[in-house]
Amino acid sequence: MNVLLASLPFYPFVSFLLLIFFGKRLSWRLAATISVSSMAISALVSAILLFELSVTKNQVMTANLWHWFELSYAMGSSDVNVRFYLDGLSAVMISVVTGVGFLIHLFAAIYMKSDVNFSRFMAYMNLFIVAMLILVLADNLVLLYLGWEGVGLCSFLLIGFWYQEQSNVLAARKAFIVTRIGDTSMAIGLLLLFNSFGQLNIEAVTLLAEQANSLSAGTNAESADNIYWIALLLLGGAVGKSAQLPLQTWLPDAMAGPTPVSALIHAATMVTAGVYLIARMHGIFLLAPEVMNYVAWLGALTLLLAGIAALAQTDIKRVLAYSTMSQIGYMMLALGAGAWTAGVFHLMTHAFFKALLFLTAGAVIYALHHQQNLFKMGGLLKKLPFESSLFIIGLICLMALPGTSGFFSKEAIIAQLWSSDTAGPMLWWCAILGALLTSIYSCRLFFLGFLGKARFNENVQLKKSSLLRTSLIILALLSLFGGLIPLDLTLVFSSVMNLPLAQLTEPTWLHTVAIITPFIGMVFSWFYFKSYRISHLAGKEHILQPNNGRFVVFCRQGLGFDGLYKKLFIMPYQWLAQINKNDIFDQIIMLNAWYVGLWHDALVLVQNGSLRWYLAAFGLAIMLLLGVSLL
Amino acid sequence: MTSIPLFHVLILSSLLFVIGFIGVVARKNTLFMLMSLEVMLNAVGVAFIGAGSVWQQADGQVMFILILTLAAAEVAVGLALLIRMQKKYRSLDIDALNQMKG
Repeated sequence: MNVLLASLPFYPFVSFLLLIFFGKRLSWRLAATISVSSMAISALVSAILLFELSVTKNQVMTANLWHWFELSYAMGSSDVNVRFYLDGLSAVMISVVTGVGFLIHLFAAIYMKSDVNFSRFMAYMNLFIVAMLILVLADNLVLLYLGWEGVGLCSFLLIGFWYQEQSNVLAARKAFIVTRIGDTSMAIGLLLLFNSFGQLNIEAVTLLAEQANSLSAGTNAESADNIYWIALLLLGGAVGKSAQLPLQTWLPDAMAGPTPVSALIHAATMVTAGVYLIARMHGIFLLAPEVMNYVAWLGALTLLLAGIAALAQTDIKRVLAYSTMSQIGYMMLALGAGAWTAGVFHLMTHAFFKALLFLTAGAVIYALHHQQNLFKMGGLLKKLPFESSLFIIGLICLMALPGTSGFFSKEAIIAQLWSSDTAGPMLWWCAILGALLTSIYSCRLFFLGFLGKARFNENVQLKKSSLLRTSLIILALLSLFGGLIPLDLTLVFSSVMNLPLAQLTEPTWLHTVAIITPFIGMVFSWFYFKSYRISHLAGKEHILQPNNGRFVVFCRQGLGFDGLYKKLFIMPYQWLAQINKNDIFDQIIMLNAWYVGLWHDALVLVQNGSLRWYLAAFGLAIMLLLGVSLL
Repeated sequence: MTSIPLFHVLILSSLLFVIGFIGVVARKNTLFMLMSLEVMLNAVGVAFIGAGSVWQQADGQVMFILILTLAAAEVAVGLALLIRMQKKYRSLDIDALNQMKG
């Protein structure tokens, strides 16, 4: 039992409790100190845990907190404990969650300083960290599901944080409902898993899956079918949480929340929970190669779709949202191809640079008096040199230029696609196309926002806070050099090694193409987006307008998925609700009441208050009784 | 002295009872209802006397005296109620007292 491990989620939890109960009475200074210092302690504890983990023998640490309940079924029962399990994979996650989380909390404490509900905001952020830590540390899938729902709840609360505006509330509701669809699928998957394995303990399930894998010849068709469905249903949960096709529509709208929320939840941590889930359950997925193929294809399609949608956005945060989606698509692609370590590695580096991008975008938006429209920015490189240079760092990581962290992780993914059993050359080309799109939309974003002439009238307002800058600089350093962090997950993904080696030979030009692609995109956009870049030369700043062609608007709205879902699901549902306004099932229940009422009316007639009537009835009844008894 | 068969006594008694009962049910005037009640009580009394003489038991006559006392008490209470009723409703119509309907 490791006390440090057991206590990890409780630091932010205590802070959450303090802030939610005494929030109104705390000054900004006190509330900020409580929430940020709790995160600092968590980050410190995670660092110590990482060190301890690296010196333990089999790189696994556990902490059993308490017995939760017992699940029993026909063939026996299994215990569900509140037990934390730390291995290489969850260690990566806790360091991202607490490390990046700490930096974002630091940023948020200053960014949200003037908000009336500051302490409520920080309380939700802390609660989110608690849920996320439970999710990644959980030793069994029930506890994981608790954390899974917890982060969903916090996401809902934080997207709708400024609930006075209706659009924010609608966005929060949409995010909640859409992810709930995935969660339902995951819950069914868990039940099915328990039914076929009799276990929900992750270690035990992985072990059983490995055994099944080694005697794959002996498994019967029924259990293979079961595993196929389990993997598919778990994938459904991951797809909902990670905003992949077809449940991706909530993420762009989720940008309605405050920017630190977008950075923490909708870029760095929560949306990667789906990736974590698949990586965690890789034992199951290895038994269902078809599902791994689906994972790869879903990732690739999302990657391309989000890249195209990002090209047409006018809102700086929505560009970043679509970019997040496409980067998670990369992770999914990696997982589907069996490149587990590369996927998790990209998860980590993406958390660094996307948090950096969001936070600098937040700083820029604040400086421009909450202006998010790219077409009303421009020329920020000169006005905000510090933020702009950090943004550039974020963008070059996103584009995966050689030497940055994004380069290491993305190349690691792309390199494994060609020869993978469950991926292949087609998906490799998708990934390359995605990389091209990434660099084009990154350049477009940069040209529109930071080059050219300023297209706004107000002066920029700056938050000169050394703490804020420190957090941004640390994130920038992590983004640049995070690729050098050695990530060895061979112990976690040991079963992967059993896969037969691929027969496909790789052409020699693969790596060259992969490295050159971002540069091609940059050169292309340098010429194609010339008007964005040098609007001041031609005096075109007045006519720099977003292209409103039908196709561009279609792309801007996320390639029509919202409209499709509205037609497919929302409108039929509303139609049903309309025709069933009086609730036909309720009417059936109300028959009982009607029956009782009928008897009431009948008996009221009898009780008419007339004495002679009663007497007559009395006499009649006696005569009847006598008659019956005589007969 | 020829004894009257019990059967005849019982026929008389039931006739009286039915007449009384019909009186109670059919009359609207409360005074006549009370009088019909007396008829019903007397019908029961005739049945007791007849049974007592057939079995040569004094109990029948004791019972009749009891009924007589009961009838006297009942008439006393009933007439008092009648006076109150007349004062309050200015009528003796029993159907005026139907506020207790459901």
